[in-house]
Amino acid sequence: MLNQTKKLAISNARLIDPKSGMDMHGDLLIEDGLIASFGDNLFAEGLNPDIENIDANGMILAPGLIDMRVVTGEPGAEHKETLASAGLAAAAGGVTSMVVMPQTNPVIDDISLVDFINRRARETSPVNVYAAGALTKNLACKDMTELGLMSEAGALLFSNGDAPISDASLMRRIMAYSSAFNALLAHRAIDPNLSTNTVAHESDFSARLGLASAPAASERIMAERDIALVELTGARYLMDLISSADTLPALRRAKAKGLDVSASVSINHLALNELDIGDYRTFAKLDPPLRGEEDRLALLKAVNDGTIDVIVSAHDPRPAGDKRRPFAEAGFGAVGLEMLLPAGLTLVADGQLDMTAFLKAVTSTPAEMLGLPQGVLERGAPADLVLIDPQKPWMCDEGNLLSRSRNTPFDGRLMQGAIITTICAGKIVFDNRNA
Amino acid sequence: MSSEHTSSGLNTRHLLSIADLHRPDIDSLLNLGETYLDLSVQKDARHNVLAGKTLINLFFENSTRTEKSFELAGRRLGADVINMSMTTSSASKGETLLDTATTLNAMSPDLLVIRHSASGAPALLSQKVSCAVINAGDGTHEHPTQALLDALTLRTKLGAIDGLRIAICGDILHSRVARSNIQLLNILGAEVRLVGPPTLIPLDADQWGVEVFHDMEKGLAGCDVIMMLRLQIERMGASFVPSKREYFHVYGLDQTKLEFAAPGALVMHPGPMNRGVEISSDIADDPDISLITRQVETGVAMRMAILHLLSQGGA
Repeated sequence: MLNQTKKLAISNARLIDPKSGMDMHGDLLIEDGLIASFGDNLFAEGLNPDIENIDANGMILAPGLIDMRVVTGEPGAEHKETLASAGLAAAAGGVTSMVVMPQTNPVIDDISLVDFINRRARETSPVNVYAAGALTKNLACKDMTELGLMSEAGALLFSNGDAPISDASLMRRIMAYSSAFNALLAHRAIDPNLSTNTVAHESDFSARLGLASAPAASERIMAERDIALVELTGARYLMDLISSADTLPALRRAKAKGLDVSASVSINHLALNELDIGDYRTFAKLDPPLRGEEDRLALLKAVNDGTIDVIVSAHDPRPAGDKRRPFAEAGFGAVGLEMLLPAGLTLVADGQLDMTAFLKAVTSTPAEMLGLPQGVLERGAPADLVLIDPQKPWMCDEGNLLSRSRNTPFDGRLMQGAIITTICAGKIVFDNRNA
Repeated sequence: MSSEHTSSGLNTRHLLSIADLHRPDIDSLLNLGETYLDLSVQKDARHNVLAGKTLINLFFENSTRTEKSFELAGRRLGADVINMSMTTSSASKGETLLDTATTLNAMSPDLLVIRHSASGAPALLSQKVSCAVINAGDGTHEHPTQALLDALTLRTKLGAIDGLRIAICGDILHSRVARSNIQLLNILGAEVRLVGPPTLIPLDADQWGVEVFHDMEKGLAGCDVIMMLRLQIERMGASFVPSKREYFHVYGLDQTKLEFAAPGALVMHPGPMNRGVEISSDIADDPDISLITRQVETGVAMRMAILHLLSQGGA
């Protein structure tokens, strides 16, 4: 068979590259899975009719999203989510690359599991999947994993899932050891003594509901400890899922000192607050818990000014049976692959979130942190792209989600901004143009 | 071999640390050690300079090569040698180190060789006894006689230490051999590098007159000598390193990593070795590359020189 180059054209688009700040009208040509060229009137000479052309109608064409925090059920809990179903949900959400967390069964704490994820993803997922390796064996917070061997096997990130490592000496050794490989460590800032067995943010509201609650100080205490250890060891540290305004000064101080400290926030904590628990709505039961409105506003401001580097979906599929229980007994977490971009666009439309800051936090910044070539609209970069209608109003209906689990706190909410087409490695992996 | 090696003793009464030695002391020790390397000199009864003197080996930690090496060195110099294995004696019945010192002092020894698991124990002992004390390894502090025998091994093999680029690799944090070698090799003019995982190198080691590397390829570049250190298996449980296989993969010396060093680079190891953890067998057993057996041979001669010069009394 002849090795023909595969081409795809997108014309009449608003091209946005968050990294360079480029925002222009133009066309883009994809060849062999890469961005071959783009510019105003690129197709002025007329386009070869053999090349498929997508007329963008002036809609936004941006790099596909990179979601640094996705939990799936593969291996071990495929009834919740597989890499294939998560891949479909990702494509529908404009997410073209995702990092899957190690809290599977068995845990991703060994090179063979990293290999398994990479192979299964290649075989079944329409989007790019990368594995995050565990920081401790079986996530038990006792013994360091083979960070070096897993790095070589392709793990891009190391995380202890939702289990914070309270042993400061162990954390110090993990940080020091990993610095030899320049590995990126993600860690939940939670003081386990303050947070264990709690289900809500400590406030007047949760007290009235009679819910066991953790103070925001739990996050700040662990954040300060981790920052002190980063200073000692020189590790690359990602504060995973920051949720409280009280943690931000510590983060700003660490950055001002020049430490390699970054932070992520979930889209849920930017769009929702503790009142969304309302009448014990377990679909809004999250870890970390949704906090007060002043926390939400402070987090938005921190994304806008660059203090928070990355926005993630914190995708965490839970079967209905796990959620339809009394609040204290229900599982934590929400699916998010399909909500990350629309919920962000809705905040942009409301004037709460800056468009460039938002797109950076879901494309170029995660790409830089993970060392990936995608996340940019540049010649020669992988053609991972998303076509966005930033105005389109719609209502979130959990019944329409492609994820195998449908636990979303956004069910019934009005959204503004929708994903029209998703392209991964030059191939259309989601198409909603005719809807 | 000449026998005019009887220099006038050392500038120190004890050998507790390399820091006790001035450059002329080191030269005298290495010169005399070189003389004793000749087995015919070692076994010559005319060199019974310790005849009538008492050497006590006081080992609070198990040892094979160091204890036997001192015993043989003492006997070849004509001393009465007593080995006291303190792991099975009164120390295990609760006697303190200073009580033991008082007891031993009553036996009027001339030389006391001590190994102890606590850093600084030989220094404490030296304040309470009236004879010369030799540190045969204290905790994670120093092992000066090992450093001297390593230097003698290198000098006899390569002629001079001045200008050599030497990498000390592995568990520096817990190594008394490394601490003594870093000082001695620096005094002798070598360029010393430390290579190991960040968990096994002290935080401020870059202030010890060495360059610190966490990458074998960069650390070994252009090295003439590679000193491998033993990795204790219990370090795995404490998460200093994740596993033996990862340690060997990243920091173990094999043919591939040896290629990073200068052509003809030589390999040393103070023993006992963990084959397949810090060093591969083909390197450890290659007589063209490995000085490991030679280090043991040199140990007896070097310790004869140390005992000889210390017995003459110092400052």
